[in-house]
Amino acid sequence: MANSPITAASATKTTLFHLFSGIAAILFLFPLVWAVLSSFKSPTDTSWFPTSFSLANYQTLVDYGSGVLSYAWNSLFSAVLTVVGTVVICVLAGYGFSRYEFRGKRPLFIVILAILMVPYATLLLPLYILLGNIGMQDSLIGLALVLVMFQLPFGILIMRNAFESVPRELEEAANIDGCGPIGALRHVSLRIVTPGIVTIALFAFLASWNEFLAPLIFLNSGDKFTLPMMLVNVRSGTFGEIDFCALQAGVVVAMIPCLVLYLVLQRYYVSGLLNGALRG
Amino acid sequence: MKKGMSRKTRAAVTGQLFVAPAALIVLVLFVIPLGMLVWMSFQDYPLLGSPTFNGVDNYTSIPGNDTFLNAIGFTLAYTGATTVVMFGVSFILVAIANSSRRGSKFYRTSYFLPYVVGTAAATLLWFVDSDTLVGVFNQIPLALGIIKEPIAFLSTPELAFWTTIALVTWKFIGFQVIILLMGLQSIPRELYEAARVDGATVLQQLRYITIPFLRPILALLFILSVTGSLLAFDQFLILTKGGPDNSTVSLVYAVYNTAFVKFDMGKAAALSVVLLVALLLISAVQLPLLRRKDV
Repeated sequence: MANSPITAASATKTTLFHLFSGIAAILFLFPLVWAVLSSFKSPTDTSWFPTSFSLANYQTLVDYGSGVLSYAWNSLFSAVLTVVGTVVICVLAGYGFSRYEFRGKRPLFIVILAILMVPYATLLLPLYILLGNIGMQDSLIGLALVLVMFQLPFGILIMRNAFESVPRELEEAANIDGCGPIGALRHVSLRIVTPGIVTIALFAFLASWNEFLAPLIFLNSGDKFTLPMMLVNVRSGTFGEIDFCALQAGVVVAMIPCLVLYLVLQRYYVSGLLNGALRG
Repeated sequence: MKKGMSRKTRAAVTGQLFVAPAALIVLVLFVIPLGMLVWMSFQDYPLLGSPTFNGVDNYTSIPGNDTFLNAIGFTLAYTGATTVVMFGVSFILVAIANSSRRGSKFYRTSYFLPYVVGTAAATLLWFVDSDTLVGVFNQIPLALGIIKEPIAFLSTPELAFWTTIALVTWKFIGFQVIILLMGLQSIPRELYEAARVDGATVLQQLRYITIPFLRPILALLFILSVTGSLLAFDQFLILTKGGPDNSTVSLVYAVYNTAFVKFDMGKAAALSVVLLVALLLISAVQLPLLRRKDV
C-alpha cells in the first residue's frame, strides 16, 4: 500500500510520455501518410479530405512526358550503378587501408576525406565541363560515377573501420589454407563486415535515388530525366495549372522504395553505423 | 624472396592494387575538377562558348554582386536558426528514443522516416501541404477553428524562412537523433550506477558523464549541420524558388543562377572558389571541437 502513490505518479509519467511522443510521431508521419491517401483521390474530388478512391493520378503520371516508368527506370539504373560502384570500390579500398602498408597511404586517405570538406555543389560546375570533354555529358553512367565519388569518404571510412574490427588471425589462417589476398577477403572477412556493406549500399542508394541537383545539371534530354526531376516538372504544371493530386502520386512513387528499403534493412543499418562510423 | 621482390614489397603492391580504383576515381573526378574550378575562375567563360583569360575580373566583380552579398546574410541567418532549432528539438526526441519504455522503438523509427525521403520529394510534399486552397496545413486548423483564414506560408520573407526551417527540421532531424542515440548508448552503464551510489543528481550525471562523453559526437553533428546549412539549395529552389522578392536565395542558389541562368561559368567558378575557401576556414576553426578534452 505504501507503494501506491509512487505507482500512480509513474503511471501519470508514462501516460504523459506516450502523449507527448505520440503527438510528435504523428507530426512526423502525417505528411507521408497524407500523401499516400491523397494520391488515391479522384482528380474530380475537390474536397481537401480524400473520400474517393481512384488510380487516375497514377494514370496521369504514366501518360506524363516519357512516362513515370521510364523516369523510374532511369533513377533505378543510376542508383544500382552507384550502389555497385560504391560497394566494390569501398570494400577493396577499405580492405587495403586496414590491412596493408604502402607508400602514399596517408596522403591518399586524406585526399579522400577532403571530398567531405569541399562544397559538393561547387564541384558540379567543372564536373559538367569534364564529363562533356570525355563524352559523358547527358549520360546516366557519368552521373553515377560522380555520385560514387561523393560516396567514397563515408564508404571507405565505414569499411576500413569494419575491417579493422575483424581479427587478422582469421585471414592468416585462410592464407595458410591456400587462399590468396582476394580469397581471404571473400571467404573470411566479407561475411563479418556485412552490416557495414549494407549500410554503405543503403546510403549510396538513397543518395542516388533522391539526388536532384546533379542530374539537373548533367542531364539535358527529357528521356534521361530521373524521378526527382520529373516531380519538379510536374509541379511546374501545364498551362500554369498545378496538378496537386498527380504531384502527390509522384512523390509516393519516389518515396515508397526508400521507406521500404530502410524498414527492411534497419537492423543492419544501425549496427553498421555503430561499428563503422563512430569509431576512429 | 622469389623473383627479387621481398615479401614486404609484394604486400605493398597488393595494398596499392586494392586502393587503385578509389585513387583513380578521386584523381579524375575530384582532384582534376578542383584544379579546373580554379582555372575556370580566371576565365571569361560563357556556358556555350570558349573561355578566354580575364585575370582576376571574376573576383573583383564579387563586391558589386548584390545577389551574392544578400545571399551571404541570408545563408548565415538560415544556418544559425536551423542549427539552434535542430539541436533543441533533437535533444527532446533523443530522450524519447533512448527511453526504456515500451514503444520507444516505434517513436524512434517514425522520427527517422522522413530522413530517407529525398529532399526534392519531401519539399514537394510541403509545397502541396502548405497551399492555401488544398493544403492540409491550412485545412486542418481551419476545420478545427484554430484559424479563420488560410495562411499563405510562402508569401512573406519571414513566413517563407520559417516554413523552410520547419521543413528542414522535419526532414533531417532523424539522422541527428540516431547519431545522438548511438552516442548515448555507447556510454558505459556502470558510470551512471557508480554516480547514483555516490548520490549524484540527474543534472550532475548529465553534466559530468553524458555531456563529456557526447562531446565529440556533438561536435561532429554541429560541423555537419553548419556545413549542410551553408550549402542548402534544393529546398529553396523547389519550395520558395528564391522568393518572395529574392529573399530566400542561398549561396549555392546564387552560384547556380550565375552558371545556369546567366550562363556565366567564370563568375560562378570564382564564387565557388570563394565559398570553398570560406568553408575550409570555417571547418578549420571548428575542427578543434572534435578533439576530446579530458573526460
